[in-house]
Amino acid sequence: MALSEQEILSGLAEIVNTVTEVPVESVEPGKTFTDDLEIDSLDMMQIVVDAEERFGVRIPDDEVKNLKTVGDAISYIQTAATAA
Amino acid sequence: MATDTQHRVVVTGLGATTPLGGDVPSTWQAALAGTPGAHTMDHPWVEKYDLPVTFAAEVAVPAKQVLSRTEARRLDPAGQMAMIAAREAWKDAGTPEVDPERLGVVVASGIGGMWTLLDAYDTLRERGPRRVGPLTVPMLISNGPAASVSIELGAKGGVQTPVSACASGAEAVAAGLQMIRSGRADIVVAGGCEACTHPLPIAGFAAMQALSTRNDSPETASRPYDTTRDGFVLGEGSGLLVLESEEHARARGARVYAVLAGASLTSDAYHIAAPDPEGTGAARAMSLALADADLTPGDISHLNAHATSTPIGDVAEAKAVRLALGDAADGVAISATKSMTGHLLGAAGALESIFTVLALHHRLAPPTINIDDLDPEIDLDIIRKDARILPDGDIAALNNSFGFGGHNAALVFRSA
Repeated sequence: MALSEQEILSGLAEIVNTVTEVPVESVEPGKTFTDDLEIDSLDMMQIVVDAEERFGVRIPDDEVKNLKTVGDAISYIQTAATAA
Repeated sequence: MATDTQHRVVVTGLGATTPLGGDVPSTWQAALAGTPGAHTMDHPWVEKYDLPVTFAAEVAVPAKQVLSRTEARRLDPAGQMAMIAAREAWKDAGTPEVDPERLGVVVASGIGGMWTLLDAYDTLRERGPRRVGPLTVPMLISNGPAASVSIELGAKGGVQTPVSACASGAEAVAAGLQMIRSGRADIVVAGGCEACTHPLPIAGFAAMQALSTRNDSPETASRPYDTTRDGFVLGEGSGLLVLESEEHARARGARVYAVLAGASLTSDAYHIAAPDPEGTGAARAMSLALADADLTPGDISHLNAHATSTPIGDVAEAKAVRLALGDAADGVAISATKSMTGHLLGAAGALESIFTVLALHHRLAPPTINIDDLDPEIDLDIIRKDARILPDGDIAALNNSFGFGGHNAALVFRSA
């Protein structure tokens, strides 16, 4: 099932908001998780597992360090979901 | 023995969330009025597991109503309660300016992050290891609440978590006293928290026959010293005290509630759950705490007893009081506040320290409710029904806490 970038962005924003209370509208593709959104590594792992469940994808732990921006995560999830 | 080289320690702030109220003033007013904190539990799991005990003394104001959603999600219920108490205590102390490296935190818990641990185990079994959250371990570790409070207050002078079952909260206060006396800190936020209103500990305590089974009358189930007492009532909550060196408190013009004059910890080496029926270890704790405070039994006007409403424990403590204080015990007005709050386990000694401090500060000791027929084995002056006015002048009070495993803690407070 193909997911649009917008669908993934809004889903991801909801997850980030639930985990960290960062406002949904602040979650934009160009923002970095660590510096811009001030998300720590523990919250990042929670976001990853929540995203896996929501989008039906698997994001290996080794891959998480490459997901620096919200856009990186969107691309990864889109590719993984298409492959699945 | 306090010597000239040691720092005197005073109490300058109080914070709590309890079955009687969401803060210290509401808790204190409810205690003076003799309000019972126990009620029938309204949780689906009570019926699901057909629990032998269907009531408890739960916090009057749920922590999730006070904290933000994210804060609540990152803390075990025990840590949530400690955070609420810490904020109140710190504000009550006047938000002191203190060198972060001279600020310590000692927050005890008898059992730790029980809800987090057991919820995570359910997740592991039902959904697999990938779904066990990354906050599971920081939330379940017993020192989690202490660490969270230290981060909140920026305390870099050392963080501790004593664990000694139902003596934990009192041990925390004793540890705070030592940190300041020995010159390692100017201020220590000390106390305890506990959130065990969960089917597993209820089943476990019930299996020991430690809990009251008065399911048809939760409000009268906690009845220390009454002939028909049949066990304790499980409580939950947190109590924290701001302890401060007298010099530091005076220099910043802080309000001083009372002096924390002495403490002692002893052990029974008798049984893993039962108290020594002769109360010798408990008596020794009281005697050593008095010596540590440089006081004698005749100086004590008030005692906040451990008195959990168990058949054996209440009498053992009464014997210990007589053993430690002798004839002077006749002049001690005794409150058993667990008759109202239930038993907060690792937070009990801290909450009861707050009651003891307020009793000295206001010269008013809370009543013990639900004594319809005083056990003839209790030959002590128990305050019943109405709060009692305490004498003017310099007075002192004891607070006892005892824990499964034979832990005895006694604290001595003096009027400021």
